[in-house]
Amino acid sequence: MSDAVVGLSRYLLTIFAIFYTFHCYVVFIFKSEEERTPFYVIQNILMVMTHVLGFYVLSERSGNTDLLFICAFQEVMFFAVLILYRMLYPEASRLITNNICFLLSISFVILTRLSYSRSIRQFVVVVISLILTLVIPFVISRLEYLLKKYTLYYGVAGVLILLAMMTLGTVTNGSKITLSIGGVTFQPSEFVKVLFVFFLAGMLSDESFIDEETGRPDRNRIIATVLISALHILILVMCKDLGAAMIFFVVALFTIYAALKKPLILAGGAAAFGLSAFAGYRLFSHVRVRVAAWRDPFADIEGKGYQLSQSLFAIGTGSWAGMGLLMGSPDKIPVVEADFIFSAISEEMGCLFALCLILICLSNFLMFMNISMSIGDEYFRVISLGLAVNYGFQVFLTIGGVTKFIPLTGVTLPLLSFGGTSVMSTLIMFAIIQGLYIIKKGS
Amino acid sequence: MTVRRDREDDDLIYDDLTYDDNDRDPGRDRNNRELMVTVYIFLFLFVSLILYFAYFVQFRAPKQIVSSYNMRQKNLENSVIRGTIYSDNKEVLAREALKDGAEIRNYPYASLFAHVVGFSTYGNYGLEKTANIELLTSNAPVDERLGKEMAGVRNTGDDIYTSLNISLQKTAYDVLANYRGAAIVMEAKTGRILAMVSKPDFDPNTVSENWAKITENEDEAALVNRCTAGLYPPGSTFKTVTLLEYLREHDLDGSDYAYSCNGSFVKDDSRIECYHGSVHGTVDLLRSYAKSCNCSFANIGAMLDIPRFEDTADSLLFGRALPVESDYKRSSFALNSSSDTDEILQTSIGQGKTLMTPMHLALITQAIANDGEMMRATLIDRQENYLGTVIREQKPSVYRRVMKEDEAKMLKSYMLDVVSEGTGKKLQSPYYTAAGKTGSAEYGSEKGKSHAWFTGFSQTGSPDIVVTIIIEKAGSGGDYAVPAAKRIFDAYYGVSAGGF
Repeated sequence: MSDAVVGLSRYLLTIFAIFYTFHCYVVFIFKSEEERTPFYVIQNILMVMTHVLGFYVLSERSGNTDLLFICAFQEVMFFAVLILYRMLYPEASRLITNNICFLLSISFVILTRLSYSRSIRQFVVVVISLILTLVIPFVISRLEYLLKKYTLYYGVAGVLILLAMMTLGTVTNGSKITLSIGGVTFQPSEFVKVLFVFFLAGMLSDESFIDEETGRPDRNRIIATVLISALHILILVMCKDLGAAMIFFVVALFTIYAALKKPLILAGGAAAFGLSAFAGYRLFSHVRVRVAAWRDPFADIEGKGYQLSQSLFAIGTGSWAGMGLLMGSPDKIPVVEADFIFSAISEEMGCLFALCLILICLSNFLMFMNISMSIGDEYFRVISLGLAVNYGFQVFLTIGGVTKFIPLTGVTLPLLSFGGTSVMSTLIMFAIIQGLYIIKKGS
Repeated sequence: MTVRRDREDDDLIYDDLTYDDNDRDPGRDRNNRELMVTVYIFLFLFVSLILYFAYFVQFRAPKQIVSSYNMRQKNLENSVIRGTIYSDNKEVLAREALKDGAEIRNYPYASLFAHVVGFSTYGNYGLEKTANIELLTSNAPVDERLGKEMAGVRNTGDDIYTSLNISLQKTAYDVLANYRGAAIVMEAKTGRILAMVSKPDFDPNTVSENWAKITENEDEAALVNRCTAGLYPPGSTFKTVTLLEYLREHDLDGSDYAYSCNGSFVKDDSRIECYHGSVHGTVDLLRSYAKSCNCSFANIGAMLDIPRFEDTADSLLFGRALPVESDYKRSSFALNSSSDTDEILQTSIGQGKTLMTPMHLALITQAIANDGEMMRATLIDRQENYLGTVIREQKPSVYRRVMKEDEAKMLKSYMLDVVSEGTGKKLQSPYYTAAGKTGSAEYGSEKGKSHAWFTGFSQTGSPDIVVTIIIEKAGSGGDYAVPAAKRIFDAYYGVSAGGF
């Protein structure tokens, strides 16, 4: 019997994921939480089944029964999160909490398959992050005044942190994106992303933003916002962190567009994007390398195109059903745990499963935007928009990159990739969103 | 779209037709318009990504993952037993077998299909490489597959049915005898490859044991499939291209052409001689081609418009991708507007820097026989599951038209004349009509030594098969390649070879 379950696991996991994803969208049909509750419970059951089956297959195929203990600990954590959120924040979005848990459970399964020690490290960071972020919804929903007070500092702090990264940072994979303080290495830009959204929201939504007399937005404020945003982006470009630079740019573009309500801004932004991409291509050899590898990764298959062609082989060989956990060779892709986690999932758990993950990420984005649209307060409206664009664009960049839809930018897949800073900052963002959801419900 | 003034200032706000002021809070809707735009932009990005991803997995990836750089193909062997490769009449060409309790890959015909079927025992080669994923994919009935997966037993992979014909392959193999060279037999109307032989060869059953021995002699290059990867000077077979270019420049009318051959042609210090010092006297275009007069073709070459010549070579896929399933080398055509006279003259007669594979020559011949439409060259007829259910059938398909119909018809008439009046007379037969072009390609710096070429087709009413053959260092095409081709044509029509 157990052999049969292991043998069929790749199909079972795909079926679970399809059902889970289906429920992510079904809940949008029903308005009241009471009607949605059964679907949330089904999602929780599917999440547990996916996670436990994944670990069961890993332990059966590797012969390492310790994995079942890890699995049990993680289940305890998931239950704690689900119960604590129900108790502390009954008004929080259960869909968001469920999605966090589901994506994390997939992340644990695939990271354990790729590297036992890294998955343990990730688990520890996730536990710490979940505990720390537990207060965030409270802070967001109660202390609006305090948050708004430091708007300019967020922008300045963001620039300073990025400057510190530029001068003191260490180079990883050709980009200067990490900083070590007291033995702890982290990626500052991940946290600056959050600050940046608060900065934009404060600048663009303040009562004094719209001039009482003329009804026009304050010109100086717009200039200050644009300049400080540009400073962030410029530093990131100089650190060769093009993925983050693009995300900051897109977040600034969409929030400014929403605040000024001029379609011309989007058009201008797209033009500026195109121009700077072209300039970047002409100026920087590392951009040209990325573009060349994107156009034909097989041309230099043993060199510059190695990583991407391995990723494409992984996805293609896994095909729709996947090879099954531990039956593929995802470890052949350099930095598979971080930027290329999507390829590893596609290879072993199947492209149908991976497609479900894209849809789950999309449902997160839509949920964020839904909050933005229905929250009355202008300040929070911009914050949820900023976080939504940040999350949505990052997912698009990383999945688009590893599937050769767009050139690689080297960003992580939120909640799924290995990386302490990435998962912590993502959990912060999701906790903020939960706070906003509570406010939305209250209003 | 309606344009409406907003907030008493001059900014124009574009509004949606569905917008209804009375129905909703106008302030809030105005706020959300930008958010809706944002949602739509991101929905567009995600839907594009999903569609691309699905397209990639379904259609593009299967072609990429057969790359020899994709080590993951081995992983498939853990769950699927490699399928069988069959000939056109269901004879086994490659199968899984047991030897001393161990599973091995068995090739019953040993070296006969060495290059074309290839091997999967020491890396993948030939069809074993091209069809690797199909052979390692099981399309057995779903219940059976799931049952075996539950039991942890490997499923049976799909079988590949090829267009390869054993008796034609044997004939082609025999006519090359102990020479190095290559022979291709292809159906003229469909592009199906009936035989493909490259010599020297090896036994795929023992390729991993004998790897060092097979690969030690670089000059011999036994592992290279000369049909698709052997780049040769085309010699006089290239005169067909030169002829086509001349005809294109003269509205398909070669009747005004005349040349007096005295055995050599000289221009700007460059000198071209006819093969073995022949003197052809006064020749028209038809006779220049039929007798393969080098001097006359050098004379034609000297008159050609080089940029247009480049276009013609390009349209015939020189330097370009070929419509074949297996790995191959691209042919090269080296002329351009800055080429010197010598290069132009040499190229016109198929010497110089021009190099091509026998497969490319076979495809051009096929297109001529097929009124100008080049077919995709195929080896695989269909993929069946191990129970005989057809999974995928490969229908003959046109790759592209490489010349106009009247151009092909005209070249055909020239090729027929080669057999009736010229260097291919030995191909005359009461059972079929053959057409083609011979070639004696000089190689290296040694004068007088040559590879023997023949490329042509046979017809009984309509064109039947294309035969392209090269015998390295044998001598003239007419003396060596033509009799060899004759045996292949005879074998195809079931005629006993009289002269041999």
